[in-house]
Amino acid sequence: MKSIRRDTLFTRLLSDYGMLPVLVLLCILFSLLTITKQTSTGSAGAKLLFEQISKETPSDGSILIVTGVSEPEKEFAGSLHRLLERAGYRFGELVGDPMQLRAQIAEEVSGSPIKLVATTDVTRAMVENFRDIPAIANAKILTPPRRNWPTFLLADNLRNVANQITVIAIIAIGMTMVIITAGIDLSVGSLIALSAVVVAWVAGALGGTDVSTLGILIAALAALAVCGLIGAFSGLMITAFKIPPFIATLAMMQVAAGVAYIISKGKPIYQLPDRFVWLGRGTEPLLNMPIAVILMALFYLVAWIVMERSVLGRYIYAVGGNSEAARLAGIRVKRVLLFVYASCGLLAGFGGIIMASQLKSGAPTYGITYELYVIAAVVVGGTSLSGGEGKIIGTLIGAFVIGIIQNGMNLTNIETYTQKVVLGLVILAAVLFDRLKQKGLTRRLRSSRLH
Amino acid sequence: MLLKVSRLRKAFPGVQAIEDGSLELRTGEIHALVGENGAGKSTLIKILTGVHAPDEGTVVVDGKTRRYASPIEAHHDGIVAIYQEFTLIPTLSIAANLFLGRERTRLGALQFGHEFDRANRVLARLGLALHPDTRVSSLSVSEQQLIEIARALLVDARILIMDEPTAALTPREVVKLFGILRELSAQGIGILFISHRLNEVLEIADRITVMRDGVTVCTQSAAGMSRRALIELMVGRSLDDEFPKRGSEPGPVRLEVKALSGGKVREVGFSARAGEIIGFAGLMGAGRTEMARLVFGADGKESGEVILDGRPLRVAGPQDAIQSGICLLTEDRKGQGLVLCASAKDNFAISSLRHWSRFGLLNLSKESARFEEHRRALAIKLVSPRQRAESLSGGNQQKLLVARWLEVDSQVIIFDEPTRGIDVGAKFEMYLLIRRLAAQGKVIILISSELPEILGMSDRILVMKAGRISGEITNVSSATQEQIMAMAV
Repeated sequence: MKSIRRDTLFTRLLSDYGMLPVLVLLCILFSLLTITKQTSTGSAGAKLLFEQISKETPSDGSILIVTGVSEPEKEFAGSLHRLLERAGYRFGELVGDPMQLRAQIAEEVSGSPIKLVATTDVTRAMVENFRDIPAIANAKILTPPRRNWPTFLLADNLRNVANQITVIAIIAIGMTMVIITAGIDLSVGSLIALSAVVVAWVAGALGGTDVSTLGILIAALAALAVCGLIGAFSGLMITAFKIPPFIATLAMMQVAAGVAYIISKGKPIYQLPDRFVWLGRGTEPLLNMPIAVILMALFYLVAWIVMERSVLGRYIYAVGGNSEAARLAGIRVKRVLLFVYASCGLLAGFGGIIMASQLKSGAPTYGITYELYVIAAVVVGGTSLSGGEGKIIGTLIGAFVIGIIQNGMNLTNIETYTQKVVLGLVILAAVLFDRLKQKGLTRRLRSSRLH
Repeated sequence: MLLKVSRLRKAFPGVQAIEDGSLELRTGEIHALVGENGAGKSTLIKILTGVHAPDEGTVVVDGKTRRYASPIEAHHDGIVAIYQEFTLIPTLSIAANLFLGRERTRLGALQFGHEFDRANRVLARLGLALHPDTRVSSLSVSEQQLIEIARALLVDARILIMDEPTAALTPREVVKLFGILRELSAQGIGILFISHRLNEVLEIADRITVMRDGVTVCTQSAAGMSRRALIELMVGRSLDDEFPKRGSEPGPVRLEVKALSGGKVREVGFSARAGEIIGFAGLMGAGRTEMARLVFGADGKESGEVILDGRPLRVAGPQDAIQSGICLLTEDRKGQGLVLCASAKDNFAISSLRHWSRFGLLNLSKESARFEEHRRALAIKLVSPRQRAESLSGGNQQKLLVARWLEVDSQVIIFDEPTRGIDVGAKFEMYLLIRRLAAQGKVIILISSELPEILGMSDRILVMKAGRISGEITNVSSATQEQIMAMAV
């Protein structure tokens, strides 16, 4: 008995989330590998450039801000405008496409010559071309200073990683519950396709590109209902007729894929309104976070509460740990299993809607082999395939590990085929790690029993 | 002298499994090795069979000092062990199992004729009328055990080591096994026999070696040794009594079971009073466990009625029984009682989560407080509430389950083999606990295959045979084991 350690927060964290250090190491690794000179725009760029201007230029000189019309450039211009104004500079601001700019510069600055043109790296080359305009012929052209920073750690890239794993991560919540009950759900990949096709098809039937918001909502609910019902049906087969989960969901995988092809007649459905991409491509204004990522975070919060703090969660763990003992403890095992498979189907449906929104179409080819990525995320996250053990946050970490490995390999120009090899080995390593941990535990147990 | 082990020492990381182990086995002797769990018996056996290497000490077989590096080497010297978990492959035939790994082939083809001859001969020697082509999965547990013995005979075993060979056998099968063991010993085979069933040990063994805390305490002739003396040697102190004193007179009738049928159980009816401990005796397979499962709703009943405190219960599943105040502590703690990979606290809490949840969300601090209260009241030994249930000792696992049922406020507690796999010392504590629960006015149903336990604990004994109640003993203090057995067979 003595050899069983007392838990500390640290050891608990490590044993529950063994992949966390791996995730941190991966982030550090890819950060180091992708350090490059970064150009900056936006308000950050404006700030850097302002510091430089205020050091070098007396406030009486006239300054001209010139940028293109892209979002970050506009932001850059706006920020710099405010900073210069506050510092009392005399300046002008021109935002537009190349032809407009040329005309504007020539027109606007007919009076006093410009001493300094503030612009971004993107527009710089263009401004150089305007040297023939006398007003800025002798002007100094300044852009925000470049700095060394990992491409991996750029906000845009991190957002990109989060955005790419949302579908997998959301479905992995359902898969984690299923695997904790010692089951498996192979149908989630096909359900993505079915859900995407159903949502596009129903939206199409309700008006296509002219469909109302209510229509989109109805289409989404229809897709969710179909997927939830298919999940529940798998659950029914598994509980009522004792069909092994592998077989039951394998069958539903075929059925769902087939139905998706039948509904869509084998072709992608494109007739969707522009508003439809809000879910998959939209961002919320405050932190510029993608809506889908926020949704994913909400799902994980709810899932964490369910698994760690609710009666239902305890039942799920108990059923997976020993279903007969759970039954004899008074748990309605079949209901629990039914719930778990239905939720997994429902979440796969959500994944399908998000994917349809991201791609602005629904096609029966979506989600192929996604079940494997989802299972991989769950397993890498430390959930045991033999049931009874696993953590929902571990799965989120697992999904990030997989997403970051893919993203990092893309950034470091490793080709797709090599990526597959690496990913496979990572999954193997994660399971091996889990086994070794368990072996260590049983050895400790045995020696303590002999005592 | 067939085998002589002396001054054996063996340590595992953090544990001195054997401090000073010694053992002698004579030719043609049946020798019992007894001791509490963790006394070092298993380690000693594993050293003899080459699974572990000793740190110190000598193993002498046939006058030659041996140091086995693997089980195969021990096998070559004719040392064969038969463990509780059989090593047969259920989907293969008897013959295929008997010759597994030693198949005789000619030009790569199996020689069935030769195998069948030898198989038939060895089966006959054990009095087994079975065809070698029979699938092992269709055999009973005792027949499978005899197949294991047959396999040992085929490799000319001279030392046969058996770990708890009677644990899964019916009394009749035990008698048959003992007959065969005596015959084998008469043929010069030395038999080393490990068992917790002390009555059987006293019956079959020529000599008994007792181990305690990794040390061989003594080796004595079984003749003239009493069960009580043996227990005292095992636990290392004198026992006042094996069972606690009986409580006061039972109160009014609380539980009535009427004409309960289902599975092999036929028309079982009985009533039990507040504070009464009813012992259920009978052979293995007589339907006692099945009866308990029917009352608890674990299996569906065909007919019959269960009435608690005058109210007929509608029990469609365990959850209904639990709700009504009936609970079952199964004979298979690890397989059906506990979720082994879950924590001790979660195992305790699983049936009463509603007590400290609102809208399905748990109040964890209240849960911990409830657990702590029960843990203290039952003196459950834990390192932490988060400790996995599988790392607890048998006695503490059983107490954990009792705590679970006390929290749901059970009024009828069915104990199915409550002390199986529990140390002698911890058994008395379990008996005290059962008595205490009875004294609170609960109804206790005690199913046990240990007749001394049934006689020592029950206020009234019901005997089952072939699914029916075949007899009742109300005057327990003057009852005997023979009286029970007469009703059971």
